[in-house]
Amino acid sequence: MSSTLLRTTPALRGALRASGALKATGALSSASFVRGKATLPDLPYDYGALEPYISGKIMELHHKKHHQTYVNGLNSALETIAEAEGKGDLSKAASVAPLLNFHGGGHINHSLFWENLAPASREGGGEPDGALKKAIDSDFGSFDTFRKQMNTALAGIQGSGWAWLVKDKSAGTLNLVTRANQDPVTGPYVPLVGIDAWEHAYYLQYENRKAEYFEAIWNVINWKTVAARFEKS
Amino acid sequence: MVSLNTVWQYLALQSPLQLHSTMMSGDSFNLIKMGVTTFALPALPYAYDALEPHISAQIMELHHGKHHQTYVTNLNKALESHIAAVAAGDVAAQIALQQVIKFNGGGHINHSLFWQNLAPAGSDETKLEQAKELVAAIERTWGGFDTFKNAFSTALLEIQGSGWGWLTREAGSGGGLRIVTTKDQDPVVGGDVVIFGVDMWEHAYYLQYMNGKAAYVENIWNVINWKTAEDRFLGRSEEKNEL
Ligand SMILES: [Fe+2]
Ligand SMILES: [Fe+2]
Repeated sequence: MSSTLLRTTPALRGALRASGALKATGALSSASFVRGKATLPDLPYDYGALEPYISGKIMELHHKKHHQTYVNGLNSALETIAEAEGKGDLSKAASVAPLLNFHGGGHINHSLFWENLAPASREGGGEPDGALKKAIDSDFGSFDTFRKQMNTALAGIQGSGWAWLVKDKSAGTLNLVTRANQDPVTGPYVPLVGIDAWEHAYYLQYENRKAEYFEAIWNVINWKTVAARFEKS
Repeated sequence: MVSLNTVWQYLALQSPLQLHSTMMSGDSFNLIKMGVTTFALPALPYAYDALEPHISAQIMELHHGKHHQTYVTNLNKALESHIAAVAAGDVAAQIALQQVIKFNGGGHINHSLFWQNLAPAGSDETKLEQAKELVAAIERTWGGFDTFKNAFSTALLEIQGSGWGWLTREAGSGGGLRIVTTKDQDPVVGGDVVIFGVDMWEHAYYLQYMNGKAAYVENIWNVINWKTAEDRFLGRSEEKNEL
């Protein structure tokens, strides 16, 4: 088992496990996740299903090319680590930690993202209800205030990154957080809904008008998925 | 081009007393009215379509007319807000605004350097013989021009997220050449001289290359302005890239 990996990226390791992003390929316990291989998950809808809010072309490139690149990068980082540790070269194994964080984070984030989106003609859009609505009202004042704060957070990202609605498990409250590049949400935070603010997520359709993308995406947020994550957290 | 250094010096000079007298005169916080230099979008030294087919006109127009303009607009806005925050003694707002100034100021400086270090493919400026001394120094440093080119391209492709790749000359006389990358809109600092830079934000290539950023990196070599690079290397350039 990869002790170096444990030391260098405990947070990511937890996130990878919690997200179920890695499938063990052998008859190994989940603890031997290093032997697992990440695979590109199928989208739960067609590439064109989120139109007109997110174009089919964006979805296809985003899933088939960008997400696939993170999956490949993650698997190659894991292989390098396993190989280096097999040779007892721990410093080499540790040097791969930034790649593991980047590609592992990219894989986790996009996997969560596809699932918290849905076509506007199906579960997408609208407002949350039940316990989730209650929690949002009590922690943000109202759904509208929450939405505005999330859009402000997205607009404030300097460079590439993500904004997330999370549940802080220790405090029991909902929070908004942003993460740079592909840094995953970790620690006491459980990701409930994430929005990709990388330019590749909107540029072909919205170009420099990212505020329009941040407005439009609410039409395809899958509150059923978000509520399920909230209840499980 | 105005250096960001000027901005910081200016900010440091804004004592509450000075601002108070400005406020007493009844003016709003308008940088121009206050006689303070505002930043302006520099004109491109070539047409939007001049870098085709390596960088499309559509990319250039959005990149210069929208993205760079937004950095300039937000930089000027943040400077005005900063003056107001100083006058109001709002320290938290000042700290928050410094981050905004750093980001947008960096965006302005980086793009200004970038436009100048590009030129239409096939033009005299893109010929390597325009940079005899620089190329000699590159060959001394990397052992060969192609080795340097590969190292630079690799550094560009390894950037995680948004950022820039730069060839710089270290501060001081006899300073060596280095390949450095900076994240988001962080500028090159520490007195190092930018020889040339390449924008690796997705907006710099996505409309044409999409996820194929390796092709963008390969093609950018066709539009590097080696004359600008040589001028910067030899200290003949007036441009500043100091934070
Ligand atoms: Fe993405
Ligand atoms: Fe740019």
